[in-house]
Amino acid sequence: MRYLPLTPSDRQEMLAAIGAKSIDDLFADVPEAARLDGFVDLPPAQGELQVERALSAMAAKNVAAGSVPCFIGGGAYRHHVPAAVDHLIQRGEFLTSYTPYQPELAQGTLQSLFEFQTQVALLTGMDVANASLYDGATACAEAVAMAHRVTRRGKAVLSGALHPHYREVCETYAQFSGLTLAALDPRPGGVEDFDFDSDTACVVVQNPDFFGELRDWTALAARCHAVGALLVAVVNEVVSLGAVTPPGAMGADIVAAEGQSLGNALNFGGPHVGLFAAREQHVRQMPGRLVGQTVDADGRRGWVLTLSTREQHIRREKATSNICTNSGLCALAFTIHLALLGEAGLTRLARLNHATACTLADRLAAVPGVGIVNTSFFNEFTLRLPQPAAPIVDRLAEYGVLGGVPVSRFYPGHADLADLLLVAATETVTEDDIDIFSHTLTKVLR
Amino acid sequence: MTGWSQALSGAHGETTGGHPGAASGETQTLTGNRGLQLEEKLIFEQDSPGHCGVDLPVPPHRDARLGGLERQGPIGLPGLSEPQIVRHFTRLSQKNYAIDSGLYPLGSCTMKHNPRLNEKLARLPGFADLHPLQPETTIKGALELVDTLAHWLKTLTGMPAVALSPAAGAHGELCGMMTIRAALTARGDARRRILVPESAHGTNPATAAICGYAIDPIAANARGRVDLAALKQSLGSDVAALMLTNPNTCGLFEDEILEIAAAVHDAGAFFYCDGANFNAIVGRVRPADLGIDALHLNLHKTFSTPHGGGGPGSGPVALAAALAPHAPLPWIVHGANGLGLVEHAEGAAANTIGRLKGFHGQMGMFVRALGYMMSHGADGLRQVAEDAVLNANYLRVRLAAVLSQSYPGACMHEVLFDDRFLKDTGVTTLDFAKALIDEGFHPMTMYFPLVVHGALLIEPTETESKASLDQFADTVNALAARAKSGRAEDFHATPRLTPRRRLDETAAARKPLLRWRPEPARQEATE
Repeated sequence: MRYLPLTPSDRQEMLAAIGAKSIDDLFADVPEAARLDGFVDLPPAQGELQVERALSAMAAKNVAAGSVPCFIGGGAYRHHVPAAVDHLIQRGEFLTSYTPYQPELAQGTLQSLFEFQTQVALLTGMDVANASLYDGATACAEAVAMAHRVTRRGKAVLSGALHPHYREVCETYAQFSGLTLAALDPRPGGVEDFDFDSDTACVVVQNPDFFGELRDWTALAARCHAVGALLVAVVNEVVSLGAVTPPGAMGADIVAAEGQSLGNALNFGGPHVGLFAAREQHVRQMPGRLVGQTVDADGRRGWVLTLSTREQHIRREKATSNICTNSGLCALAFTIHLALLGEAGLTRLARLNHATACTLADRLAAVPGVGIVNTSFFNEFTLRLPQPAAPIVDRLAEYGVLGGVPVSRFYPGHADLADLLLVAATETVTEDDIDIFSHTLTKVLR
Repeated sequence: MTGWSQALSGAHGETTGGHPGAASGETQTLTGNRGLQLEEKLIFEQDSPGHCGVDLPVPPHRDARLGGLERQGPIGLPGLSEPQIVRHFTRLSQKNYAIDSGLYPLGSCTMKHNPRLNEKLARLPGFADLHPLQPETTIKGALELVDTLAHWLKTLTGMPAVALSPAAGAHGELCGMMTIRAALTARGDARRRILVPESAHGTNPATAAICGYAIDPIAANARGRVDLAALKQSLGSDVAALMLTNPNTCGLFEDEILEIAAAVHDAGAFFYCDGANFNAIVGRVRPADLGIDALHLNLHKTFSTPHGGGGPGSGPVALAAALAPHAPLPWIVHGANGLGLVEHAEGAAANTIGRLKGFHGQMGMFVRALGYMMSHGADGLRQVAEDAVLNANYLRVRLAAVLSQSYPGACMHEVLFDDRFLKDTGVTTLDFAKALIDEGFHPMTMYFPLVVHGALLIEPTETESKASLDQFADTVNALAARAKSGRAEDFHATPRLTPRRRLDETAAARKPLLRWRPEPARQEATE
């Protein structure tokens, strides 16, 4: 077995040194009834070539998004990731290191996470950010839990235009933690009437919202603060922050975002990277790891994990969260991609996305029977089709077009949403792709 | 899994903002660099405003439809070119220790070799460039991969179901405890307490608390295992579950586990097992045969998906039949048209706890883990457990004469020592660990588990050669001899040879500085 360095003679020598007759002696504590004598019923070891052949065959049964015109968004976005990103994150010193608990051996990880925290804080317009959570949806659930700790109130109000997976994850967590959630019905393009009071811990909103509409939450933030509630703002598409007013500037108290768009592949939905930012005054209620700046014994600047008394390995059942492993390497990819882009690059990338989406919107609005629900958008918007969207998306796939996400996939019981189709256009979409999409959509709607 | 270092006592002077001149003694240089150890500023301190490391086309002019929400003012991100970025992160990488560079004996963390084949496989466009919301006709291979992985995990655990969506071990614990609570609720049984041994990972009590449970600690016996009598005394009609790690965090197999399982089940409770240490028994013991009802597997431990400096992980949970109906969404089901995805609480999935994360789980980790398992096969996986246990026991006997083993006798995949061997030397566990750093080794897990004083928990894994183990043992033994020879001050000064020496964690926590900010203009003017 190519991954196992011990030779048969090593094993004999080591057993002798231990004073064991056979390896079975070392498993003597396993109750006899639970010992497996032979191998489990699975195939035997295989060489690289054979494994690669088997998994490549599975991969070949999928349609890679980049192999066809792709207009799917809905919380995961296909962007071009510069080659340097994947090269750097595959350096063994990053890829094969552990959580930086021994700071003298992990200044590389720690400094890059400090840069990540700074980038996330700048991008969201917030004071502080943590070193990542699993993904945007779990970051959202953590934000609701944090609002509960900060305010000591047990109710949360969720926008109907919050990504449905985020709402569902919040609901799963709340069933067990005892929080009461009030989720509004989805009203694509409509204005929501948020009903909350001085028993409310937080209101959770999203920008751009799930249907792609851009929202100014400034007035809502003021209303929240007037009754002592927090505003939690979710961002699915962080590239939008290169063009759009960040949640921090609208008065958000906590930002929970999905960072996949920068540095990370679609990966069929994971791993992605949860971004979590907050106001400085609430930092001791934040979940997850935090990297802080300090000095070493010689007075030189360095970095350590800090405020660990919030965390499970110190505080156990009184911790702010149970999270341990997070999305470290995805956060590194985010940081490298954003460092490559810089201010000028992110701004241009955002404008490019918006311009491409504007072109797509104009072309699709010209397809007979198709209307655009949105009055504003960044790189994703909602279409109203003259018939149910789900079969249309399947027809489009037959013609080799990944033509967006039917809203009914998330809301199977809502007849009023059946005709809605969510479409996205990033910088990876070409003029030809848009031509093919609009022609094919015209054809399948006919 | 933990391995946190204790806060250092005493501060070490003022922050000098990265001034390189203070490097100690003979290693001082003009630049602050020391040969291959290169100082590197933050990217924010290397800003060439307007510069960019990505060439993008000029966007066509379009009237913005941003609803009047155009960003006002700059973000504050620095501009750098690609060569600067590649150099920056290459230099940073060189300040890290990694399993690629040496033995990484962190107990409970299973730092084993990460085969590069698996990185290649995870990057196949058919997996990496696959959108989670594509139509089912375009993701058949992805569903096949997930289903194949599930088959391997079910076969290795002997359990009938596996929930794949949890993103890491702690998330898997949450999934398992939620299904337990859902099963109890479904039978109208509102139990309030969870029993957790004192040696448990911190995630166990933290998870139980998030699930709305009260936590009762269970004491260990003199042999480092669960005290069966104490457990039986704590069990009752209000206990929902026992959360047990097996092999436990002392590196010991719970040899009374069948009696434990029977007692838990007799009390009407469920038996949750933290599978962080599954590497010790994979292919040799099926958790189902131990009476376990739910067990999470850390794909980033046993099945070698890389730790990546802290993640991402993946924490599938194997479930007994009584818990399986409550598994989180999505489900993959075998239907008339082959494999299908169930994304809502309907049909067979009507009793699900709901969704635990966005989309379908950590696909990138599933690909790597399946590549790892198929490479090893049934025979290789059993050999993994045997070599992991053999390596740990070999270190045990190589170190036992000098260090103080907490629970004498054979261990499983990791061996626990405490700080009795350092008594009256003036050297602490922390000092000992830092001295090991100067010798080129990552330290073992320190101060965990909490059940012994000054713990040193060593897990070599199966991917270390005998020569590597011998070199480590020789070094640890020589350091122990040095500690006993009354040279405590040598230890207090370590590490000396790392890019940074001991870092002041107390100061970091007292006045948290969690992000870079530009120097105030006023200060620049006075310089």
